[in-house]
Amino acid sequence: MPDSSQAHEQTANRPAPATPLHPRRRGVIIGASEGLGAALARRLAREGFSLALLARRKDKLEALCNELNSSTSGVCAFPYVHDVTQYEEIPSLLRKVVADLGGLDLVIFCAGINRPPGGIDRYDFENDRQMIETNLIGAMAWLTPIAEMFHSARTGQIVGIGSVAGDRGRVGNPGYNTSKAGLATYLEALRNRLTRDGVHVLTVKPGFIQTNMLKAAQGGTPFVIPPEQAAEDIWKAIRKRKQQIYTPGRWRWIMLAIQYTPSFIFRKLSL
Amino acid sequence: MIQDSLTNKNGMTFAFNSFTQFENVGHSMCAPSYRLQPKCAEEIYEVFRLAKKNGLTVTARGAGRSYNDAALNGGGILLDMSAMNRILEWDRSTGLVKAEPGVTLEKLWQRVEPDGWWPPVVSGTMRTTLGGCLAANIHGKNNFRMGPIGEHVVEFTAMLPSGAEVTCSPKLNADLFYSMISGLGMLGIFTSITMQMKKIESGLLEVHAWPVHDLREHLSFIQEKAPDFDYTVGWMDTMAGGKGLGRGQIHAANYLHGNEDPNGRETMKLENQVLPSRIFGVFPKSILYIFMKPFANNLGWWGVSTAKYVASLWQHTFRQSHAAFHFLLDYVPNWDLSYGRGGLIQHQSFLPKETAEAAWREMLSLSLKRGLPSYLGVTKRHRPDHFLLTHALDGFSLALDFKVTDHNRKSLSQMLKEFDNIVIEAGGRFYFAKNSETSREHTRAFLGDETLTKFKKLKKRCDPDNLLESDLYRRVFE
Repeated sequence: MPDSSQAHEQTANRPAPATPLHPRRRGVIIGASEGLGAALARRLAREGFSLALLARRKDKLEALCNELNSSTSGVCAFPYVHDVTQYEEIPSLLRKVVADLGGLDLVIFCAGINRPPGGIDRYDFENDRQMIETNLIGAMAWLTPIAEMFHSARTGQIVGIGSVAGDRGRVGNPGYNTSKAGLATYLEALRNRLTRDGVHVLTVKPGFIQTNMLKAAQGGTPFVIPPEQAAEDIWKAIRKRKQQIYTPGRWRWIMLAIQYTPSFIFRKLSL
Repeated sequence: MIQDSLTNKNGMTFAFNSFTQFENVGHSMCAPSYRLQPKCAEEIYEVFRLAKKNGLTVTARGAGRSYNDAALNGGGILLDMSAMNRILEWDRSTGLVKAEPGVTLEKLWQRVEPDGWWPPVVSGTMRTTLGGCLAANIHGKNNFRMGPIGEHVVEFTAMLPSGAEVTCSPKLNADLFYSMISGLGMLGIFTSITMQMKKIESGLLEVHAWPVHDLREHLSFIQEKAPDFDYTVGWMDTMAGGKGLGRGQIHAANYLHGNEDPNGRETMKLENQVLPSRIFGVFPKSILYIFMKPFANNLGWWGVSTAKYVASLWQHTFRQSHAAFHFLLDYVPNWDLSYGRGGLIQHQSFLPKETAEAAWREMLSLSLKRGLPSYLGVTKRHRPDHFLLTHALDGFSLALDFKVTDHNRKSLSQMLKEFDNIVIEAGGRFYFAKNSETSREHTRAFLGDETLTKFKKLKKRCDPDNLLESDLYRRVFE
């Protein structure tokens, strides 16, 4: 068993204890250093959450925590450097995060990479594998123990960030499409398993968001929104315990049309 | 085996499926923990070892009847002691009982009463466990006479995180005896408890009820009457202000001796001690809380309190079974649910008899002025004791229940802070099984640096790795 006795040295790293008159919800954001993850961290901090923020890049993560901790009353955000493809360290890290936060109410899996092959005549298994390992297996590695905890505690909320790109297999980026489609199906299965135990699972399907990942997008990028707007939509959906949302909302109708486009037409399009 | 519930077969991953949401008694706090249920001292030690290896903290939980976070350990391990619930030895000739810490007061009194004995100190509910009672060093309505429960403990054994199982009594390991009782489970976990029961000659108590018309009369009445009675407790109409501030009703009770109850043997039988499950013989009490809900607001409760006060103006004497007199909190099952979604919290202050009246006058007026009245006030008489983290003193206590809603959190928090300032100013103390908002500054102020240093030193000795930590400990001691 991995020894993590250093967790005890971190007790000063805990948020202020919750009391009946000062309740504190506790959230984990995996993939929080920039873009949508960072915007969600800011949004949840405003709601009074205690947050564990996980990402690979230490400098960005610490800068974000410092920003959040200086803007809210009391320290609320705690950094954990982590790469979601390090699957074997996840159970002990989760245990540590939950111990440091004093519990867990909300988990947002936001880690994702987009490595397009660079043209519809190009193929790149290495890129595809990395995307599957981060976007899909990373999510499963985290959400499996979390689902087990929430199932057993009969409470909790899980949010997974899918993509409109997961709704249809398209010419530009098969690996990314597959990772996000797989994630959406996985989240649906979790939802079907866990709703009966009082656990809420939300699938978010963003369109284009003004982040670094946008640079990887192939072709046109209509309806780009700032990450803050997406974070606001997601927070609303968390509060209302929605099952699935598109952000911005108009993608719902666009994707409905795309999903129902017959294959003999879709094959000929360069979407 | 405990090992299996913490790790899977290959020992790699943690058993996340023991994660359980726990609450306080008032449903106003909750925290999830890994629930483990040890059956013996060795398994408790096993848990300590695994906790250390996994970087987790441990808190023991008896029945979870604390009003605050004393038995919560968010994100850590919660030792559910309910499986260690055997009465190991009972000697009906001497009244000595030896039991495991998960034994509830209910199980205890039901065992000893038919033989003519009664637990010398009991809480207002019989659901509490002996381990929890000792950890908080509970008191009853006879604190002024019998002291806290710890004074009736002859001996106990406890498992320390350091791996030693110690035996403590007032003579043996006395420093641990006087600190682990009242020590909130932060020094070690009780594994067996030997207690002296009190001899009784009847299953009934003679109870006297008097009205009191204001706070001064309330307190002086308790102080005057207490020496003549075995038990004294006051109910305060906390909705009444002005001249009637602090009005209420005093109940005082005596054991019956010799011929006072000619059917003593009979009344001590269990079938004569059961709490009635129906009101007026027809209305089931188990659903009564649903009908209390509409009254759980300022106007509704003013009506209830006023009606109760008017009814209490009738001064009378009656006989009541021990169970009915002591376990008032069990009289209406699920009463705690009537407070709604936000739940309830309690603020209990212990004040020297000289300063109590002025301080409580200020607090009660404040609560009425702010529109944040307490829905239940209970007063008791106390005397000091020798336990390290004691809450008792030569004076009175006033326990005030408050309903928590999404709207009143901020204002209630502000008011309770002011309450705590008033209490500290007046030389008062707090009780660790009750207050959920008291800060570490206020805790240090009433315990004093000397006591705190002593406690920390003992903690270092018994628990060098700080394995024993509860949410309460982190709130008030860290």
